[in-house]
Amino acid sequence: MSVANLQTFPSTWKKPPQMIKSRRWRIILMIGAVCYLTLALGSVEINWTRVIDGIERGQRFIQGFLEPDFTTRWRDIRSGLIESLTMTFTSTVVGVLISVPIGIGAARNLAPPWLYLICRSIIAASRALQEIIVAIFFVALFGFGAFAGFLTLSFATIGFIGKLLAEDIEDIDESQAEAIRATGASWRQLINYGIQPQVMPRLIGLSLYRLDINFRESAVIGIVGAGGIGAALSTSLSRYEYDSAGAILLIIIAIVMTAEYLSGHLRRLVK
Amino acid sequence: MLRIEQLTKIYKTGDRALTEVGFTVPKGQVVGLIGPSGAGKSTLIRCVNRLVEPSSGQIFLNDLEVTDLGTFELRRARRRIGMIFQEYALVERLTVMENVLSGRLGYVPFWRSFSRRFPAEDIAKAYRLLDRVGLSDHVDKRADALSGGQRQRVGIARALEQDPELLLVDEPTASLDPKTSRQIMRLIVEICRENELPAIINIHDVVLAQQFADRIIGLQAGRLVFDGPPAHLTEAALTSIYGEEDWAAMRKGAAEDALAEEEMEREARKLMRAV
Repeated sequence: MSVANLQTFPSTWKKPPQMIKSRRWRIILMIGAVCYLTLALGSVEINWTRVIDGIERGQRFIQGFLEPDFTTRWRDIRSGLIESLTMTFTSTVVGVLISVPIGIGAARNLAPPWLYLICRSIIAASRALQEIIVAIFFVALFGFGAFAGFLTLSFATIGFIGKLLAEDIEDIDESQAEAIRATGASWRQLINYGIQPQVMPRLIGLSLYRLDINFRESAVIGIVGAGGIGAALSTSLSRYEYDSAGAILLIIIAIVMTAEYLSGHLRRLVK
Repeated sequence: MLRIEQLTKIYKTGDRALTEVGFTVPKGQVVGLIGPSGAGKSTLIRCVNRLVEPSSGQIFLNDLEVTDLGTFELRRARRRIGMIFQEYALVERLTVMENVLSGRLGYVPFWRSFSRRFPAEDIAKAYRLLDRVGLSDHVDKRADALSGGQRQRVGIARALEQDPELLLVDEPTASLDPKTSRQIMRLIVEICRENELPAIINIHDVVLAQQFADRIIGLQAGRLVFDGPPAHLTEAALTSIYGEEDWAAMRKGAAEDALAEEEMEREARKLMRAV
């Protein structure tokens, strides 16, 4: 009986194609992709003398890393660092303060449609523009220095925190908010009692995470003139002082790792 | 006193949740609202404090027409209507005390609620209510640290903290075990008796409704199909609410449950005596 059953069922099985059903199209697309890749690689011109130069410079760079020079340019490094840290902290605080009302306005379950649209547009604008582009723009407006960096990072923070906070507010347990509404609470009281307790831990976590990101970004936007440790790094690189550059990179790595460890630890504490 | 007239609710999707429902609840009466899922029980009690906006009809709380209020007056009306929820709906990350005090939100200005500096009499009332529901030891615990029965007690205290003239109770026992369900129902009804508080209790457990309510109202597909004392809830009446079912068997089952519970208690007493 069981033997007969076995014979009536197929004994081979193949996973059916998931994306492109037609076998011919699969082959055509695959060949096309390979052709394009070879042609594209062929179009990249490689200048071998420059590659050899680059390797030599790279070696010097690695050597600078191995023997970092903290002392020669210490004053530049120190002031750059302080500027970066100040920029990071102030822009995070200001950015979070601005993004909280915007995040509330961008939550569909709290805001009327017109406010929702305005706040979502602000967030979209902030997220669409990459930090470096914004930094170049602010440097052009307000000149070189930390002020342009501060504005850039605040602006980027609004998009980041605003969007994630709005999404968190849209995900809350509605019944808790409904219960608060049923007591006759005003809109502000509803936010304070029904919404805030539900999103606070995440808001704190996101702010700490953003602090982290803002420090890293402050090093990058410094290169385009927005002050801070990035400016010091860019200067030492253009002077071919790889030992100082190595020192700066080591300091950045150390600070980022410490910040990441601390913020991760703090986030675990807030539940 | 609560008076509902010709209440109709049609949702945006076109679903007819309520059709011309009308009844009056006098002071101190506990009404059990029964009906199958989707009959409009939840919609009905949410229309009373306008968490759900009625499509037509009128609702009067004493002489106040609730259905005719602007935003500000609606808030004033809501603070006199206490509500108890199915899944407790406590703010999980706030303490028990904050949850109870949130019953005063309609009475205090924003800065007082924001800084948690409530008037002395509100705080005293909250302590008294927590003592009444047996949670004096849990004042500063976070709501999410409590068990289901304890949470529902906090929910009851929050509703009473509002100084309500009416209690709306939405499936208070749906997430509780049978024994705790009984305790919670008993507590709600006792409190209503003490304060001569009218209440509408939305409940799917027919046996529990009959045991505790003064009056039963049955909804079926958004229409009122039964209104009378629990004793009048005959098999025919239940069939008109829920459709065909072997009601005698269900009741017998409930009676057996009660017997089993009694026997368990007797056994427990015997054990205690033996110890």
